[in-house]
Amino acid sequence: MNLAVKTTEAPAGSLEVSDLYVYYSGKKAMGPVTLTIPGKQVTALIGPSGCGKSTFLRSLNRMNEMIPGCKVEGEVRLDHEPIYGPGVDAVAVRRRIGMVFQKSNPFPKSIYENVAYGLRIGGMNDRSELGGRVEAAIKQAALWEEVKDRMHESALGLSGGQQQRLCIARALAVAPDVILMDEPASALDPIATAHIEELIHELARDYTVVIVTHNMQQAARVSHNTAFFYMGDLIEFDRTEVIFTKPKQARTEDYITGRFG
Amino acid sequence: MKGSSLKGSGRPRLGDAVVWIATGLATLLILIVLAIILIDVIRNGAPRLTLGFLVQAPKDGMTAGGIFPAIFGTVALVLLMTLAALPAGVATAIYLREYANPAAFATRIVRIAVNNLAGVPSIVFGLFGLGFFVQFAGGGIDKLFYGGQKVFGQPALVWAALTMAILTLPVVIVATEEALAAVPREVRYASAALGATKFQTILHVVLPQALPGILTGAILAISRGAGEVAPILFTGAAYYLPKLPHTLHDQFMQLGYHVYVLATQSPDVDATRPLLYATVLVLLILTFALNATAIVVRSRMRKKLAGSHA
Repeated sequence: MNLAVKTTEAPAGSLEVSDLYVYYSGKKAMGPVTLTIPGKQVTALIGPSGCGKSTFLRSLNRMNEMIPGCKVEGEVRLDHEPIYGPGVDAVAVRRRIGMVFQKSNPFPKSIYENVAYGLRIGGMNDRSELGGRVEAAIKQAALWEEVKDRMHESALGLSGGQQQRLCIARALAVAPDVILMDEPASALDPIATAHIEELIHELARDYTVVIVTHNMQQAARVSHNTAFFYMGDLIEFDRTEVIFTKPKQARTEDYITGRFG
Repeated sequence: MKGSSLKGSGRPRLGDAVVWIATGLATLLILIVLAIILIDVIRNGAPRLTLGFLVQAPKDGMTAGGIFPAIFGTVALVLLMTLAALPAGVATAIYLREYANPAAFATRIVRIAVNNLAGVPSIVFGLFGLGFFVQFAGGGIDKLFYGGQKVFGQPALVWAALTMAILTLPVVIVATEEALAAVPREVRYASAALGATKFQTILHVVLPQALPGILTGAILAISRGAGEVAPILFTGAAYYLPKLPHTLHDQFMQLGYHVYVLATQSPDVDATRPLLYATVLVLLILTFALNATAIVVRSRMRKKLAGSHA
């Protein structure tokens, strides 16, 4: 796998995070976090359970707002545009920063309708345009060969791995800049996991990918950058090969080498 | 414990046996009561249940003829009631479950009010309907649009249906709320993450998945509405009408009320009795049929949601 530094052409889809805090019911869950997630690369978030990595992920597209009692302070900028700024619509933010969840969550609709959903609610009605976008998204998610003859069958009839790739296709269809993934392969078998990892690597050509994972090997395999979270704090953020070979912080090394977590 | 015997005492446990027999007997008792009612109604009612009985109006002081106006009136009442109760109930449930702050004082008051509404005796709804709908709303319409002439200001199909709708509203609200609560958070998140607004998520994801549960509420409301008499006594049901209701402000005959009339107001009790049984049978069949239709629709929807291609 090639983890060489990307070319210098201004890669869109970078996320600059500064002094970000997240509170649940007044209690600090995470922060302060300051880091810049480079565009069109894969960034992995690692750390033990409850370390704040999923909370951090959800604050990148304002999904935290769906959790009652959650409050976010600080700033996140998508290509220098603040997503928590005054007058910024969370709905508009999420159209540019999509998300894939831990458990595949297809709608109880057909495969086609699942992928077309985001486009339809965005106001796209033209059938041929919709069809083209749906097909392209499913192809990009490496699912086309498996589902092309059953596009109008229920998505719930797919296997777990296929459902998760469908959820990725659904997120890709609306053409976001960034895709957030919350342990996308943790419920899948090794073969389905390999499919997803391959896909994540491919996606980094066109999208910024931020992935939460519990699996060290996965982080090492798929990501260009890795952020290590511990007890709500960002401990270390660097190139993945640096984090895994010569981390600067002792706690990072302890976690990587399996001494705790 | 390691090495302890796996054998029990060899005797059935006394507690289990007692509970098994007690619950079994209770079930049996209910089945027997139901069977007696059904057998009695079918045996006495079936001989009179002819096509003529279903399509004719009552004749000769209700000692002959059929019950078509009452069947028509009952169906019209139930349909209008559903048309009124379902949208209002579903909208209330959506507000309570999806928009209102569950901890807010006002939300809790609304919830308590809904639960109390379910406990109000149905005759009270009848009196409320007479006072509010017939006299206040109907009388008001007459004053404003008909120059005081009595058009809406008297018992009528529309007022009976609205009174019945209020009676069945709690059933619809509670069933819809439960159905909404059962829609997994994950699909709501999925929809939001695709840039859907809250309203789009409710309309395109939550409601379709809640539909079978909402229909359960409709089924319960319909069953209740088809059998209730008290709420329509003062608000629209007629003792006897030679013709069918043409407009919303006409009075109507209704099966449950017709049963009461046949049983208590007949000049010739012996001549009326077979008609009475046949009317009860029709009321039962109609209620079962309305129920069955809704249940079939619901199970089709469930299958569709579960991804079966049957």
